[in-house]
Amino acid sequence: MESAKRVKEAPGYQVQSSHAPKKSKFGIKNIKAYGEKFILLFIAAIQIYPLLWLIMFSLKSNQEIFGKNPLALPQKLLWGNYERALLDGNIGRYFINSVIVTAAAVVITSVLAAMASYGISRMKWKLSGTMLMIFLLGMMIPMHSTLLPLFIFLKKAQLYNTYVALVLPYIGFSLPMAIFVLVGFFGTLPRELEESACLDGANIYQIFASIMLPLIKPAVATISIFTYLSCWNELMFATTFVSRQEYKTLTVGIMGMVGQYATRWGELGAGLVIATIPTVIIYISMSKQVQKSFTTGALKG
Amino acid sequence: MEKVLSDKKAIFLFVFPAFVVFAMVVIIPIFFSAYYSTLDWNGIGKSTFIGIQNYVNLFVNNKDGFAMAIKNSFLVAFFSVFVQVPLALILALVISKGIKGEGFFRTVYFIPVIISTTVIGQLWMKIYQPKHGMLNKLLEIAGLDSLQRNWLATPQTAMASVLFVIIWQYIGYHMLLLYSGIKAIPGDIYEAAEVDGATNFQKAARITIPLIAPMIKVCVTFALIGSLKTFDLIYVLTKGGPIHATEVPTTLMFSNIFLQNKYGYGSAMSIFIILECLLFTVFINKVFKAESITY
Repeated sequence: MESAKRVKEAPGYQVQSSHAPKKSKFGIKNIKAYGEKFILLFIAAIQIYPLLWLIMFSLKSNQEIFGKNPLALPQKLLWGNYERALLDGNIGRYFINSVIVTAAAVVITSVLAAMASYGISRMKWKLSGTMLMIFLLGMMIPMHSTLLPLFIFLKKAQLYNTYVALVLPYIGFSLPMAIFVLVGFFGTLPRELEESACLDGANIYQIFASIMLPLIKPAVATISIFTYLSCWNELMFATTFVSRQEYKTLTVGIMGMVGQYATRWGELGAGLVIATIPTVIIYISMSKQVQKSFTTGALKG
Repeated sequence: MEKVLSDKKAIFLFVFPAFVVFAMVVIIPIFFSAYYSTLDWNGIGKSTFIGIQNYVNLFVNNKDGFAMAIKNSFLVAFFSVFVQVPLALILALVISKGIKGEGFFRTVYFIPVIISTTVIGQLWMKIYQPKHGMLNKLLEIAGLDSLQRNWLATPQTAMASVLFVIIWQYIGYHMLLLYSGIKAIPGDIYEAAEVDGATNFQKAARITIPLIAPMIKVCVTFALIGSLKTFDLIYVLTKGGPIHATEVPTTLMFSNIFLQNKYGYGSAMSIFIILECLLFTVFINKVFKAESITY
């Protein structure tokens, strides 16, 4: 409704109204509107062209990449680059590791955050406010400051070079934002829900599992996207807490690929594209939801 | 009802698991960092307690590029707050007017935000590559061969090249936040202004921007704190080089700990990074409070 109203008021559409009975194609306002469009498109090109260039060189041979016109479209799509990146470059293995680590972090974070948020926002105890404060303080703490102590701890606990070495820190650093979003969401649900269930004789765990959990699905979707992105893209912990090939995730794997494929851009490009495909699929299939997860995270922050 | 909701055992079972993980990963390590920062320790041998000596070395006797690192992180902060956020605001104002392709622009500007910084860094390394990179090729095509250079390896251009990528990657993020702020303003607020014949510029300056001030504050906070925490991109692009030209506190901390095994000294830096983040957050809150009073 609102946007429809504003569409009419936008300058480009206003031009032809009362003041300009003779529609001139080159009216000042029109030039302004075109100029605006041009600038917007130009910026869109700056944002998107580097990524298209990446896809193009991931499909080219070295000859083409280093040839006369490296900006041209690939003459022949060289899918072999992808095959070599996946198999020889080990990207396939790193991909599976990233999926395992990210999936575990997303699922466990969602469960732990849902439980804790319920306990903090709906149940009655003295320190609930303090507990929330402690979790939210975590949003201010930079991961970098915990890097060395975590590294030493993981080594001592013999968790260094395991999936747990990544999953555990990822959960810890995803919890504050997740709890922040979920506590806000729980606050919007009416009390009557629990009351009537309580009268029916349901215990607290039944109320949580069968009444609350289904209701918070949208908020869980929001935090899952957020957690997915931060874990899938994470580099510093991943490069520090894991050194064995079998457990490396995509970001680290790609860093390792750079040396080996320094002069073979095609394979490296293919690796970069493969690492990005899941994110792009998620973004394309639910771009509204992804954008929403970023704005909800920021709104009350 | 009351009894069910104040069941101590249930509260414990709900909250404790998350708290344990959080404490183990986030809170306790901070205290360990603080403790390590008072040690002279290479991680393997014995550690000796040296009090605040590491901090003295950091702030007073420093000669390993820490000053440069702080300068660079302020540079990133400055450009994020005074270039990236204003540009994002202009974009948000323009596309939220209801132009054609509103959704398209919003979606496209936002794409770099969700892509891994590692991928972004590797991609821009290829773009800046002196011989076959896109940038130098484009300059050649435009006949500006004289501007061609080895962007990341030249101390004079390295930091600017890194800054551009940082702004490029996250401008869509701020644009989206500000855009959603603008869209939340009820449309009828503008009606009176339109009756009075206000221009678009006046509407933006007098109505929109004051109304989205809270969102602008969020953006400024994120931009500032984000720049103090910059690590991935610089680690991928330059590792802080050439000769500390693109060093920031986080990269310097990383190399001190893991390349030079200065565990104590590196921890002092990590404590400095936390304090820096807290200080700036407080500072922003002060600035925006002062402004809302004058308004």
